[in-house]
Amino acid sequence: MAQNGILKSSLAKKYAMAATGLFLCLFLAGHLAGNLQLFTAGSDGGRQFNEYAKFMTTFPAVKLLSYLTYFAVLFHLVDGVVLSIQNRKARPVRYAMERPSTNAGWSSRNMMILGTIILVFLVTHMQNFWWQMHFGSVPMQTLEDGTQIKDLYFVVAAFFHPDNGFALPAIGLYLLGQFALGFHLWHGFSSGFQSIGLRHPRFSALVGGLGKAFSVVVPALFSAIVVFLYFTQA
Amino acid sequence: MNFTLKIWRQEGPQDEGRMETYPVTGISDEMSFLEMMDVLNDQLIRDGKDPVAFDHDCREGICGMCSMFINGEAHGPNRKTTTCQLHMRSFKDGETIYIEPWRAAAFPVVKDLAVDRSAFDRIIQAGGYVSVNSSGNPLDGNAIPIPKHDADDAFNAATCIGCGACVATCKNASAMLFASAKVSQLALLPQGQPERMSRVQRMVDQMDKEGFGNCTNTGACEVECPKGISLDNIARMNRDYLKSQVTGE
Repeated sequence: MAQNGILKSSLAKKYAMAATGLFLCLFLAGHLAGNLQLFTAGSDGGRQFNEYAKFMTTFPAVKLLSYLTYFAVLFHLVDGVVLSIQNRKARPVRYAMERPSTNAGWSSRNMMILGTIILVFLVTHMQNFWWQMHFGSVPMQTLEDGTQIKDLYFVVAAFFHPDNGFALPAIGLYLLGQFALGFHLWHGFSSGFQSIGLRHPRFSALVGGLGKAFSVVVPALFSAIVVFLYFTQA
Repeated sequence: MNFTLKIWRQEGPQDEGRMETYPVTGISDEMSFLEMMDVLNDQLIRDGKDPVAFDHDCREGICGMCSMFINGEAHGPNRKTTTCQLHMRSFKDGETIYIEPWRAAAFPVVKDLAVDRSAFDRIIQAGGYVSVNSSGNPLDGNAIPIPKHDADDAFNAATCIGCGACVATCKNASAMLFASAKVSQLALLPQGQPERMSRVQRMVDQMDKEGFGNCTNTGACEVECPKGISLDNIARMNRDYLKSQVTGE
């Protein structure tokens, strides 16, 4: 029974959802910390940011972490779809009259829609930067000692430059993605703790508050960076 | 008071069912919702029509038999109130009231507003008990010291009347609040410890087999529960089930 339960039971799927979701929260914090360098990266022509990007794409431990992140994203996605299908099947005949807003928050009822918007954003986001860095043609930056590194800062700055005709729609999609992320986290952060049973009268208010703060601050800072890049280059 | 009722009518489990409209007049604001339904049925019987089938028993909010999804909410608009304890003064004169059965694959409609909730019984049968050897000298339960807050939490969990409002209101038709209350009322007491891990496994497995949905922590169940069963119980069940899987007990 024990062997079956951990793979198949409804609770196991929730544990997986929570574990991957909370792991991805850690990833977001790390990604944001890296991106914050973009506020000052212009001052040295992006050199520090490019060295950071090189480290993040080549250092073995970070590479391992990145594979873990890809896996977490895919698992979170597939698990979410499976859960949604099962949940729809659990109520084959819908109510004629429903008033869901009287007893549950909007974001908690729309995690699938929010997740889908985040997925669309993620695909475009990875095509724009991750694909370019790994497989695309990125201009090289020559350092004082003659070594050459990929100039990711140039790619990012040029992408959000007012001269790029797609910059405004891209920023629009970016902000939409961050909005969806914020609402997804608004419910998801504390929900993850509940799913793995981490709830206690002494800590649940703290976890709830932390989740709300995280869901506002992280997307707001990500958004601020792209808006900053656009307007400082105007 | 006068009302327009839109009620789900379904001949039997195989019938497709449909919403039908009935006007009711001369309703006192002191009537309970079920008494209003009695007035409607009296009228239908006098007209030679089939009365509306609905579950009810004690009519004092403790048996868990009454149900009904009223105007988009389980047990109607009032909090911590069963349908039998809901009074017509909670509605506006002339209002249109939608009345539907609990909707869940695991709660098939028997007739009209009555659904089969025996899935809950099977979850209890799977492990919601304490095995006591009744021969010899059973230990007197009152002689076992139990911390006050554990006794209170166990009692609060035990106030679940098994009406199914949690399933009806959950957007996923999940039975987590019910199952977790029935797991918790025993998991918190010394007598529940020997079977604690196997109990949670068996009850969760049965819950999944019955075809209830998965919990997404919207918290709607806790809001709509007529007994105010807390989400703390769901977290406790999640914790116990995880522990039982990890330790393999």
